[in-house]
Amino acid sequence: MLEQAPDLSTMAGWLPLAFMLIMGLAILAYVILDGFDLGVGLLLQLGNEEQKDTMIASIGPFWDANETWLVLGIGILLVAFPVAHGVVLGALYLPVALMLVGLTLRGVAFDFRVKAKDEHKATWDFTFFAGSLLASLAQGFMLGRVVTGFTQDLWSYLFACLIALGMASGYALLGSTWLIIKTAGDLQRHAIVWAKRSIVLLAAGVAAVSVATPFVSQRIYEKWFGLENLIVLWPIPAMTVVTFLIAYRSLSRLPERLDQDRHDSEWIPFASTVAIFMLAFHGLAYSLFPYLVMDKLTIWEAAAAPESLLFIFVGAIIVLPVIIGYSVFAYRVFRGKATDLSYY
Amino acid sequence: MSDALLLSRLQFAANISFHILFPMISIALAWVLLFFKLRFNATGDEKWMNAYRFWVKVFALTFALGVVSGITMSFQFGTNWPGFMNTVGNIAGPLLAYEVLTAFFLEATFLGIMLFGFKRVSNRMHTIATVLVAVGTSLSAFWILALVSWMHTPAGFEMRDGVAHATSWMEVIFNPSFGYRMIHTMLASFLTVAFLIMGLSAYRILRNDVTPAVRASLGVGVIMAATLTPVQIFTGDLHGLNTLEHQPAKVAAMEALWETERGAPLVLFGLPDAESQSNRFAVELPGMASLILTHDMQGEVKGINEFPDAHPPVAPVFWSFRVMVGTGVLMLLMSWATAWSLRRKNRVPPLLLKGLVVMTFSGWIGVLSGWYTTEIGRQPFLVTGVLRTADAVTSVPAGNIGLTLALYLLLYAVLITAYVSVVFYLARQAGQAGSKTSEPTAHGPGVLARKAATEGGHA
Repeated sequence: MLEQAPDLSTMAGWLPLAFMLIMGLAILAYVILDGFDLGVGLLLQLGNEEQKDTMIASIGPFWDANETWLVLGIGILLVAFPVAHGVVLGALYLPVALMLVGLTLRGVAFDFRVKAKDEHKATWDFTFFAGSLLASLAQGFMLGRVVTGFTQDLWSYLFACLIALGMASGYALLGSTWLIIKTAGDLQRHAIVWAKRSIVLLAAGVAAVSVATPFVSQRIYEKWFGLENLIVLWPIPAMTVVTFLIAYRSLSRLPERLDQDRHDSEWIPFASTVAIFMLAFHGLAYSLFPYLVMDKLTIWEAAAAPESLLFIFVGAIIVLPVIIGYSVFAYRVFRGKATDLSYY
Repeated sequence: MSDALLLSRLQFAANISFHILFPMISIALAWVLLFFKLRFNATGDEKWMNAYRFWVKVFALTFALGVVSGITMSFQFGTNWPGFMNTVGNIAGPLLAYEVLTAFFLEATFLGIMLFGFKRVSNRMHTIATVLVAVGTSLSAFWILALVSWMHTPAGFEMRDGVAHATSWMEVIFNPSFGYRMIHTMLASFLTVAFLIMGLSAYRILRNDVTPAVRASLGVGVIMAATLTPVQIFTGDLHGLNTLEHQPAKVAAMEALWETERGAPLVLFGLPDAESQSNRFAVELPGMASLILTHDMQGEVKGINEFPDAHPPVAPVFWSFRVMVGTGVLMLLMSWATAWSLRRKNRVPPLLLKGLVVMTFSGWIGVLSGWYTTEIGRQPFLVTGVLRTADAVTSVPAGNIGLTLALYLLLYAVLITAYVSVVFYLARQAGQAGSKTSEPTAHGPGVLARKAATEGGHA
């Protein structure tokens, strides 16, 4: 897979690789972190007035920083692979705009719902839901377009729509399993039901996408079904199946355990959902590497000048651990069940 | 101008004009909130905490709008201006990356603790979180203004095969116009906030909601505005002289000077006409432009004619500049009048209060007109002398751009309306909560108490 790479001991060789790794981690962090708060947005309309407040409170202190990972991911695409940024975002022009409108609507609805007049609250709640849905679907659609290398035919577009639905189901699962951790009582019981529905949808989606992907891209087909690869790669789908089973089983048993006032396994559905996302991401990354635009543009062809990359890299390896450190601190400050948000 | 170019420019202008409104409030408001908090820590006087409690709501709302509109900005470069990153990506990239790494995460993460962590962390930690949010917002301004300034006065780089490569990062960051622009913009932020605070405080006083917190806030706003406005005018003059040195075409457009001349007049009013290269209905003060720009009545000032095919459109720059200066002068008069009557009579007459309410968002007008002056003044270049705007635009079909532009404009119109009305609603609501419950953190039955308890159910 490294045959297109220049000498990896040179800066022009290893720096693009390092930045691809950082960008991958940033996007994965974004998908999981903003994924759970987008997911809570998708589910918002299912709760009653009081439950809505609690659902919002469960993501209140986090959503802002979660979205910053998107800015980092896109920022690295922009600064480390400037050529690809133009090609990719130019090709995704409309879905990007729709995603941005969705993210904007939900971001502001979050604030307006409690600050605007009471009679407008329902409207802002709906806006929060609709914005979350729009952003989730747009992100899935964009992923689908990237996988097919922006091919302009009906099947590719249908494939992208399929991934859009899968993405929304995945976010709903992340959101509902997050609520299982952060809430109690009726809302928690509802969240278990929502999670069970989402996981079935997601499993169907992942299965369909896995079957369809090799057919929409010849290169991905060769990568996964070449004989030597088949042996090395089978653990990825196998582990995905196992993780799904763990999550489903844990969800099925949870109500009974809660009846017995046992809360020690509340985190298992969320953790296994995160594992599913990581495995799917890994498989996807393997399929695409080393291309940023499928079959057209590799990370080395798209990279910025080595001296500029080095200047950012030095900053990134110093600052990123600090960011991760204080992010963990912030999550620890707000650990435990969500309580009403209050400024004082 | 091609359709894609015109529409992309309009879209970028719409996005950045909308975006800049909110950071211009949150940058200075973060420091003001810190000031309220520190005053409370030092004196224990409840009024400072009450002021904090009210303004933190405005801050949270403003911050959210700044974040979401900022995300849009980070996509714009790739979707509409691929040529920008292709040509100067090696310079712009690291500056943007450092903004995300050192500022965005810092402010976004500690914002959660600053807003909702009051009961969960120690008072000391909460103060530290507030400091970090304030530092984050200002750091963000530092990096983005370094990039903007570099686009005006590029330095510390060389061109290889049509692509810019950095030769000195210190020269890139501290390029010739950076210091002036940074100070001018930061002061603009503090003035925007000063008038926002005075406006909303005046609004509450007019509604007979005269609590110690409201009076203290008004006082802080007045002192900020009355002292910083003259400093801002002085700084603006220095910034202008710096522009004359590095971007003379922009200054010629600001002053509507079509021909190079000695003893150039100051055009107070006129309709610049690009066709005839002259001003119609001009009202001029002879020799004054020369005096202001060269400090000599007979000094030579370069005119538009010196920069064929490389000068900005005159009328928009000329008018934006006058709107900015007019806003500044009005700010000076209003803040001094308010300070004078507070000092002399310890109260502000109703007429003046009404004037302050009208000027609640006057900072936005000053900021936008100043921004248009400098940014339109840089045209036809995207990076002065290095990259023309027309050469950086996308090949996305004009129809798509028109569609998204319409979408953004509609969204922004709704959001600005909602923002302004909710800010005033918060001010009215604060008054009601204050008069019906003496305890600001009242718990118990009733709509108001519930509203207070779940305030920000949000964020």
